[in-house]
Amino acid sequence: MPSFPPFLARSIDVTPLWLVERVARTIFSGVLRAHPDLFERLGDYRQTRYGFAPVDLPLHFAVVPATQSLIVSRRGQSQPVDARIEGPLVLLLGLLEGRCDADALFFSRDLAVTGDMEAMLALRNALDDSTIDLPREIGALAGPFSPLVAGTARYIRARALEGRDVTWN
Amino acid sequence: MELICPAGTPAAFREAVEAGADAVYCGFRDETNARNFPGLNFSRQEMRQSIGLARGKGVSTFVALNTFMRAGAEALWYSAADDAVAMGADALILADFGLMAYVAEKYPDQRLHVSVQASASNPDAIRFLIEAFAAKRVVLPRVLTVQDIARLTRQIDCEVEVFAFGGLCVMAEGRCSLSSYATGKSPNMNGVCSPASHVRYRQDGTDLVSELGAYTINRFGPGEASGYPTLCKGRFEIGDVQGYAFEDPVSLDVVDQIDALKAAGVSALKIEGRQRGKAYVAEVVSSLKKALVASPEERAALVARLRTMSEGQRTTAGAYEKRWR
Amino acid sequence: MTVTATAALSLGPVYFLWDGPKWRDFYFRIADEAAVEHVTLGETVCSKRQHFSEPHIAEVVERLEAGGKTVTFSTLAMVTLERESRHVRDLIRDSVHPVEANDLSALGLLKGRPHSIGPLVNVYNAATARVLAARGAENICLPPELPASSIQGILAAMPGFSFEIFAFGRMPLAISARCAHARSKGLTKDNCQFICGDEPDGLPLRTLDRQSFLVLNGVQTMSNSCAVLLDDLAPLVKAGLNRVRLSPQDCDMVRVADLYRGVLDGRIDGEGAIADLARVYPGVRFSNGFLHHQEGAAWVSRGRNAASGGD
Repeated sequence: MPSFPPFLARSIDVTPLWLVERVARTIFSGVLRAHPDLFERLGDYRQTRYGFAPVDLPLHFAVVPATQSLIVSRRGQSQPVDARIEGPLVLLLGLLEGRCDADALFFSRDLAVTGDMEAMLALRNALDDSTIDLPREIGALAGPFSPLVAGTARYIRARALEGRDVTWN
Repeated sequence: MELICPAGTPAAFREAVEAGADAVYCGFRDETNARNFPGLNFSRQEMRQSIGLARGKGVSTFVALNTFMRAGAEALWYSAADDAVAMGADALILADFGLMAYVAEKYPDQRLHVSVQASASNPDAIRFLIEAFAAKRVVLPRVLTVQDIARLTRQIDCEVEVFAFGGLCVMAEGRCSLSSYATGKSPNMNGVCSPASHVRYRQDGTDLVSELGAYTINRFGPGEASGYPTLCKGRFEIGDVQGYAFEDPVSLDVVDQIDALKAAGVSALKIEGRQRGKAYVAEVVSSLKKALVASPEERAALVARLRTMSEGQRTTAGAYEKRWR
Repeated sequence: MTVTATAALSLGPVYFLWDGPKWRDFYFRIADEAAVEHVTLGETVCSKRQHFSEPHIAEVVERLEAGGKTVTFSTLAMVTLERESRHVRDLIRDSVHPVEANDLSALGLLKGRPHSIGPLVNVYNAATARVLAARGAENICLPPELPASSIQGILAAMPGFSFEIFAFGRMPLAISARCAHARSKGLTKDNCQFICGDEPDGLPLRTLDRQSFLVLNGVQTMSNSCAVLLDDLAPLVKAGLNRVRLSPQDCDMVRVADLYRGVLDGRIDGEGAIADLARVYPGVRFSNGFLHHQEGAAWVSRGRNAASGGD
């Protein structure tokens, strides 16, 4: 199972929450702007509070698509959410990009989901249909450094997903 | 044999086409098809675009309208059929006799396929569907052995499509009210079995407990491969014995019987999984495409790879083998 | 409570495996004592069981007809084997009695002959009912899953046609190629030793938290609860419902029929009849959730229904 490198997790531990939150919010609203179809496919579940809990990071992300709100908290102080998904960060990001099969990961217990299953299913399906490419989305936010940032992100993703079967691109 | 591939979203549709599907089947985003899950399926515009995309690549599109028309809401199904025909769907996959009669009468040139949900399990049943609705193809219910299928195809003048890989209904399809008995939502009328709205996962100590409506469907120990709380794959108690009363959480896989199915006169193999992601569709379609032309030894390797994507991570040949009964 | 229009009582086929004498004596008593007008009989669930009732069919039919009942033969719910196909063909060709179709093969073979449609054929709307009526169907027993709104809609769309609903008994919910009943006792369908005969009212299946849920009946899965549409009948009969089906359970079905007849005739009030029914068929939960657009296992009493504003 790939996991987030522990030394990076430790460095996030000491990064101020506001900084993590700001970066995450920028990426989140960038993605929503670039993929209106995702928003449309979510239907009524745009109002849902989704929680993402990477097991290899001491953080918890709470997201409401309708209001484009994103709140980061330390683990143990997490916000109440309607539907929550927990698993290694690279798998959560892989799901975001539709690169991993959520059902297979769930059956193998690599991912755990709790709360409103219908909302979770709607999100999974909406994400699966939108061709999110995180390195590209992040790169797009980096202005003149776009190619460099996107390239680095792609490299990290390739390394992180190594060993997992991801066939299509 | 043709390979008929599932698509729950336009992205999965593109993957299926790229991966070598001969035909892709999909449905509108409402109760008119049996995979009516949140966030899944096609708007009218997405369907039109997908049919066009497929046609450009020489791939057919089958539109599934395979639920039963709710009395009083028939217009929803009729308009879905009208639209699918107007968009150029290569076939409509139907289960409801009333809807079949509507399509056969209004669009006599439209190819009509009989859904597995209609449960046509013998030659007389199929003759009825040909005679009454001019059906061109029947998707067989997963209650027959390969020998049954071979005997059947010899007796009828109609193409036969069978499920080859994916989720497995233990019960005769289209004839199961277990889910609505527990949840009030009917697979036949609402297009959803074991609906997510009624699913709950509960952590009980180290166990993961899955519930559907008011009923406990399963309990998984730490590290044990889990499953979706589909009723027929739940663990229950009979007498003092606990276990999988109907079927283990496994998937159907008859890839190693491809040659036998071909010899049995099967026209098309169908992959289940419109509710699965595009990664799954890409993987399964390309593997099965390879398997269709591979030697038996090469096939085994392809099958092993697919197994990791299955529910319970195990597969079965199900009713295709007699001993399953 | 007065009901101006009224409906006939009909007795569905015994879904369970009862041994020959038990099966025969059950029908003898129905013939002599039960307030039912129509009786549908014959093995419907599993072709392997047919030889249990076959030796007694002639005498049972004779006695039922002597008792003034009309007799209809039921076809198999699932036909996959050549032997089963042949059985359906022979029945339809040779029967001097009307036949009730319970699968698609029978629908095809019965074209142009007066026949009935059983509750195991998917009739969810009037369009389907019209297709079947045009082919010769004269009575349709609607599937237990239908909500009242669907039933009302179908009745309104085809006034004068004879419709029937499944109003008493454990509901048939599913059928499989695999025999879960045999499997639960370490056997397979092909070598089942007719083990389902050990449970003449079904083998209870509970959840891991010991909730009553289903019963197994050979290849058929049924509800653990017993459908009781008794206090719900009046509006349906008023809307034109012709027949009310009672599905045999291992209890005093003559008494069950009396209670239903009493309520239909306005002689007994619904709530009282339900209390009596609980004594006739003790230890079994009642349900009418499907009719009330809820989960099938739910029980909606009229009192509670009225309190919540009706349905």
